[in-house]
Amino acid sequence: MDLITGLTMLDLSRFQFAMTTIFHFFFVPLSIGLGIIVAIMETLYVIKGDDTYKRMTKFWGRIFLLSFAVGVVTGIIQEFQFGMNWSRYSRYVGDIFGPALAVEALVAFFCESTFLGLWSFGWDRFKKGVHLMFIWLTAIGSAFSALWILAANSFMQNPVGFKIDHKFGRAVLVDFPALLTNHQLWLEFPHVLFGTLLIGPFVVIGVSAFSLMRHKNEVTFFKKSIHIASFIALIGTLGILVTGDSHAYKIQEDQPMKFAAMEGIREDVGGKDKQQPWSVVSYTNPKTHDVEWSIDVPYMLSILAHHKLTGYNQGTETINKELHEKYDKKFGKDMNYYVPENTLFYAFRIMSAVAGVLGLLAAIAWWFTREKSNYDLTKYRWILWIFGLSTFIPFFGTTAGWLVTELGRYPWVVYGVLTIADAVSPNVSFASLFISNIVYFLTFTALGGVMIYLTRRVMIQGPASVDEEVDEEQIPADPFSADAFDEKGGNN
Amino acid sequence: MPSLLQNLWFLLVAVLFIGFFFLEGFDFGVGMSLKTVAKNEEEQDALISSIGPHWDGNEVWLIAGGGAMFAAIPYWYASLFSGFYLILFIILLGLIFRGVSFEFREQMYTSKYRELWATIASITSFIVPFFFGLMFADVVQGMPIDAAGDLSAGFFDYVNIFSVVAGVALALLSYMHGLNYTRLKLAESPLVERAKQQLKVLYPVLLLGEVAFAVSLYFFTDFFTTKPMITLILLVVIVGLTLLAWFTNVKDHQGWTFMALGLVIATVVALLLIGLYPRVMVADNPANSILLKNATSTPYTLKWMTIIALTVVPIVVCYQAWSFWVFRKRIQVGGDEKYGN
Repeated sequence: MDLITGLTMLDLSRFQFAMTTIFHFFFVPLSIGLGIIVAIMETLYVIKGDDTYKRMTKFWGRIFLLSFAVGVVTGIIQEFQFGMNWSRYSRYVGDIFGPALAVEALVAFFCESTFLGLWSFGWDRFKKGVHLMFIWLTAIGSAFSALWILAANSFMQNPVGFKIDHKFGRAVLVDFPALLTNHQLWLEFPHVLFGTLLIGPFVVIGVSAFSLMRHKNEVTFFKKSIHIASFIALIGTLGILVTGDSHAYKIQEDQPMKFAAMEGIREDVGGKDKQQPWSVVSYTNPKTHDVEWSIDVPYMLSILAHHKLTGYNQGTETINKELHEKYDKKFGKDMNYYVPENTLFYAFRIMSAVAGVLGLLAAIAWWFTREKSNYDLTKYRWILWIFGLSTFIPFFGTTAGWLVTELGRYPWVVYGVLTIADAVSPNVSFASLFISNIVYFLTFTALGGVMIYLTRRVMIQGPASVDEEVDEEQIPADPFSADAFDEKGGNN
Repeated sequence: MPSLLQNLWFLLVAVLFIGFFFLEGFDFGVGMSLKTVAKNEEEQDALISSIGPHWDGNEVWLIAGGGAMFAAIPYWYASLFSGFYLILFIILLGLIFRGVSFEFREQMYTSKYRELWATIASITSFIVPFFFGLMFADVVQGMPIDAAGDLSAGFFDYVNIFSVVAGVALALLSYMHGLNYTRLKLAESPLVERAKQQLKVLYPVLLLGEVAFAVSLYFFTDFFTTKPMITLILLVVIVGLTLLAWFTNVKDHQGWTFMALGLVIATVVALLLIGLYPRVMVADNPANSILLKNATSTPYTLKWMTIIALTVVPIVVCYQAWSFWVFRKRIQVGGDEKYGN
């Protein structure tokens, strides 16, 4: 432990991992979501041949490219830091975790980056249909990358398909397909995917709302954008609620401590023919782990967690005992199996509330932007302000969601297999970690700042900024004809 | 002796890293030349357009290399990445700021800020290859590694004559590779002429650097004692290819020059990795060197990874090559080629 700061190397490594992952995950779902929206807009352009959709594709494409760039560069940190900060983890589960990461790079990253390059630079070189294929390949590539990284994460949450090799002292893979059939993956992956369908659309809705205040001559453009985005956001809300519900249902079996902390259950609650109350707010004393006060709604927990009027769940006290019985032989008696209850409790509520609020906002936005609708949105500035600020709401949801998921597997990095304390690099100095933490923080602040600044710039310039390109680009009849290329390097 | 699968994966990791330095090498060079060759924004635009559609895909070779190392040789990945924490941290910062610089520059409103991001792109394009060269030199010369495979070294273990020579050499090679790429991709213009003039001066400098590299290889590594023949042959190949590149540059065979110098980069990386083999990390105490045969994943995992890699990599190579072919048209300075959509 460092004498001045009172922090351990483990604290700094955990903080850095949380910081880099959370920042990275601002941009990942944003670029997946925006990618899908832009792909849908270009599809509409190709089908209907209406230049409005091409303007939309290009305008929202600018913000998509920005978020993609920041997502890519913050993603490189992720791949490097397992080895840099968590070398003992990398040795212990490299046989299983490494392949998931490698396949992600081979299958997904090459695909999305190459076809994004073709999409972004190829407007005047390809037929409409071919060009459209590029953006869909980019979107599909990024969805694949989510699949594989979540397969890796699902292994950490619910390890499957492995055994312990005691001679080498590491976990080894015995069933590769099990990484993909892990039920945890099919809870996480759809949940994340629907999440991207909230984040992307709400940036479109928010930017459109702010733009409606400024660009009075572009009302049709932004109303249409909001209409498309809010429809996608409605699908996202529906999906995220259904997948979130089945996820919470399964956690009760897989990681009971996480569930008990999420719902603030200290003592066992319910039983056969007994209802379980649900806490709206509560406070758990972090030292004694007792719930000191809470406001409860009767029956609600049974309904939410069991989809019935009765049910039974263990409290953190019982679960702690059971975990000690189960794992003391392997990890020793001194393990602390309690997770930070208040953080999980409120993070879970924030996540759920965000989904509800966004669903409601999306429904309102969709209703008032129908073609039949006569409401002149530009007259209601306060509504536009609400939608404008709603751009930022989804990010609280994703962050809270990851806090629940990752803090809830404490004290393990791979649930029941390897503790966080045994995963960290032993040879990285405190000073190095301290420097990297601070510099990453400053870097992310700068990148986030520039990102917001540039998004605002794009917004102020408005759709007119892409008009020149929309008009100029002539698609050659045959993209590979002699007219399209001039071997000698002459200008056509 | 490492098994066939283990050797195959050492080779594949090597191929991915060589691919990275060959492809991203010219991106780094073009990035550096934003400040050293280009004289105005139009020329910078043309330079960025020449790598615009490709550089991101080229960088994935590094990500794939790192991923393959993690998956197939995790003990190498863990020791290397934790042992070179600060160096990789600097490389990461370089890659981060470089990665956003092209996009940020394009979208900036004032020329002052566009210039700022061009400068950032230029500096970071130097930093990344320099520190990679430094790190690879450190790996082959031997570092303080304990029996558990953990590396704890001091400043002068990381920074010494050999590692600085290797860093400068890799950065210089990338720079010249970038200039060759510019000559290949851009239509005749004063910019290309300046690149040509710089190259004239740089070839002798590069040859001097290669001699310095060979000499420090003799003093700092065991390459000449353990593998004298292959080391000598590859050094001769490196110098020969450099002379070929120089000669074809004078004769204006731009395609030949580009390939010859690209192969120099590939051979330098190959030489370092061949000298490393069958170790993956060299320790100052030979007993602690990490051997390939002890560092890999299980045969089961390697089999699965082999199937996936041998299926996917050829497809990737095909569509990446196609994307280069599609954008083969030469770029005009001040032409209508734009960065971004």
